[in-house]
Amino acid sequence: MLSILLENKNGFEALLMGNDAISRGALEAGVNVVTGYPGTPSSEIVEQLAKVAGERNLYVEWSVNEKVALEVAAAGSYANLKSMCVMKQVGVNVAADSLLHIAEYGTRGALVLVSCEDPGALSSTNEGDSRPYAKMMEFPLLEPGDFQEAKDMAKWAFELSSDIRNIVMLRSVTRLSHASGNVVMGELPKDIPEAIFEFSGTPMDQMKGPVLAFPTLVDPLRRRQLEKLSKAVAAFEESVFNTYVGPQKPELLIITSSVCQLYAREALTILDLWDRVGLLKLGTTWPLPPRLLEQHLSACEKIFIVEEGTPFLEDNIKVLAAEKAKQVGIKIFFGRKDGTLPPVNELNPDLLIKGINNIMGTSFQPVSDDYSEKAAEITAAVALNRELTFCPGCPHRASFWLIHTVLKLDNRAGFLCGDIGCYGLGAGPCGFSTIKILQAMGSGIGMASGFGKLDMFGMSQPVMAVCGDSTFFHAVMPALVNAVHNQSDMILVVLDNSGTAMTGFQPHPGSPASATGSKLPILDIEKLCCAMDIRVEVSDPFDLKATRQILLDLLEDGGNPRVLILKQPCALSPIRKGRKMYEMAIDANRCLLDHCGCNRLCTRVFKCPGLIWDTQKNKIQIDEVLCAGCGVCANICPTGAITAERDR
Amino acid sequence: MENTLRCDPYNLIISGVGGQGNVLASRVIGDMMIYQGYKVTIGETFGASQRGGSVMSHLRISNRGGFSPQMPKGTAHMVVALEPMEAIRVLAAYGNPEVHVLCNTRPIQSVGVICGEQIYPEKKQIVQWFESLSEDAKFFDTTKEALNLGNPVFGNIMAVGALSSTGDLPMSLKVFEQVILKKIPADKVAINLKAYKIGKNLISDK
Repeated sequence: MLSILLENKNGFEALLMGNDAISRGALEAGVNVVTGYPGTPSSEIVEQLAKVAGERNLYVEWSVNEKVALEVAAAGSYANLKSMCVMKQVGVNVAADSLLHIAEYGTRGALVLVSCEDPGALSSTNEGDSRPYAKMMEFPLLEPGDFQEAKDMAKWAFELSSDIRNIVMLRSVTRLSHASGNVVMGELPKDIPEAIFEFSGTPMDQMKGPVLAFPTLVDPLRRRQLEKLSKAVAAFEESVFNTYVGPQKPELLIITSSVCQLYAREALTILDLWDRVGLLKLGTTWPLPPRLLEQHLSACEKIFIVEEGTPFLEDNIKVLAAEKAKQVGIKIFFGRKDGTLPPVNELNPDLLIKGINNIMGTSFQPVSDDYSEKAAEITAAVALNRELTFCPGCPHRASFWLIHTVLKLDNRAGFLCGDIGCYGLGAGPCGFSTIKILQAMGSGIGMASGFGKLDMFGMSQPVMAVCGDSTFFHAVMPALVNAVHNQSDMILVVLDNSGTAMTGFQPHPGSPASATGSKLPILDIEKLCCAMDIRVEVSDPFDLKATRQILLDLLEDGGNPRVLILKQPCALSPIRKGRKMYEMAIDANRCLLDHCGCNRLCTRVFKCPGLIWDTQKNKIQIDEVLCAGCGVCANICPTGAITAERDR
Repeated sequence: MENTLRCDPYNLIISGVGGQGNVLASRVIGDMMIYQGYKVTIGETFGASQRGGSVMSHLRISNRGGFSPQMPKGTAHMVVALEPMEAIRVLAAYGNPEVHVLCNTRPIQSVGVICGEQIYPEKKQIVQWFESLSEDAKFFDTTKEALNLGNPVFGNIMAVGALSSTGDLPMSLKVFEQVILKKIPADKVAINLKAYKIGKNLISDK
């Protein structure tokens, strides 16, 4: 099937996901180089562009981490190509050092940084807001407000970057990236560029000189950078992506950006307030266009700023209002800071309705109190939450079972530092609450490296860390080098499930293929660790007996960093092809049920969704459909009542 | 346009559990509407949901467009549920006395139920809750019908077929065919057409 991204009919209207709209905009702009590191809600952009790389003559790369991704994209720009780099909000932190320097020098071919952020942390461990980077590092920021704008502004971001010769950031959020709507397509260009890196000019010759960040160059580079920003402001004053709807002299002015504008529109329609309230939607949120804001701030005393994340717009508009106090007069501000909107979490139309009602004295009740009470009663009676869990046959369940049991057996209050990936669930019941520290990509091993040096202060607890295979390359390697060089007493367990499983099996340097499917050499994690001259063990987490012995031995062998690589592909991995290794069954004669004394170890503690405790019939069953046939539970049952037959 | 919408915007929620094909069902309906010139917004919750969590799609179908991917609470016109408890969860937040429901009766047990910590409510109780939270609730066992076709995942297209028989939205078989021809591999088109037709009759038979 032909990707919708290749649709060549100008004016064709289709249902596009926000991320696909961004991809299409990049194609219409004539992007050449696309890089990124996977992370929800951003991953589809690189994935979909990889699928059309052949037809559109693109270089698409899943890079080792976001910093390198940005550098690879910047190389494209410095070779006069159009580049795009895509990441989730946390990735911008990883890329920040290079970002500062790229923004200081500027670009040649267009360079667009796409950050897909996650207000409400729907699939993140944080509510990181990358918009302040634009202000801090002085480059333009664009925020599309709907699906059509996601496409159009992605395209415009390239044009703006070409015009001002600096990086431009396009910020999306989950509710745009993962939502869909009508998008009218434009034309796909046909030009074929030629890559060349010129360095014959002087260092201040941006198009032909060497690209250098020297102390003596910082003053002129920064002055040049600020000129680029002024040029962007001039474009923003006229931008069609800044729109106003409402009366000339509104009683309340709402200023918003991003998908929040849809929430505001919906709220104003429901409350029937379009003749009293004005809506200024900003697509260009840094730098703010001062003339446009002055004009609208002058027209109204009450200003309601609607945004997700930090009060970025709110603070910047307040500064602008102070600078223009003489022209615009004294304002009353409403937003996240004064409690009109909650200070954290994502927004929605209901929160907007509530906020507007508080300011305007209006009211809205979608359903009767009677209905709400009934709904609340039923919800209270149900409370059937779908707790997140590892999939049936997930190697992580076996790995955490092993780490959990050896740390208990060891009995020295040992603990496990976690990392970012599916295995973060190791902090919850499905991972037997084994992980005790869980923060950022690569931080588990970094902290283990620290804990492992605290023996001089009397710390005697064994320290372990886990990371996935993709994470190993992304941020764990430098931390492991640190642990090795400083001889930290800790064990790193690499949960190698052959791919970036959580975000959809994107390849990484340990995979044999590129983003576009071409063959690439594998970097072997075992060899890399061995090269650091430390003890490295490799085992299969499904082999509980052998792996437990290795782990116990590693715990005994303290004093230095040790590595255990647990290799077993993800249960959902395409390389498994849904094959079962074992046909599982219950030997009813052997299962002693409540008389066993195991207290239902299999279903109460091990808790694989493939095992069912039938409360009515009082027996254990294997769910034929869900069971992945990994065979692990056969080794959990103390009476051997779960049997595993090698599958044909 | 061959038909008009029962309401504008028509607020539709499709709910289920990760792996039931929620997302494809909502995209197919969205494509069918755009094919006929409507404006559509679909808001979807995925992310960690492939690990057995709840999945919910909000569809806003209109002649005007510009609607939020999250619909306001209490404003759903129709809930199509691939799993009964997920329907209850959705109704409690987005339901109202006029909402209609189409619901697959086959439960998907949560981990809490499987390991004996929670009890899945009885069918009689669930039906009672539907009656108190909706104007009209219709039930079908798409899982059973889909298993007859060889894979429980066809339940999602059957539910789309069932929705077409309500007449709330213009959803002719012809438009469905046009849309899936572009969406799924050629060898899967015939079986999806069959699933759609089965779904359509699941409701009109009653």
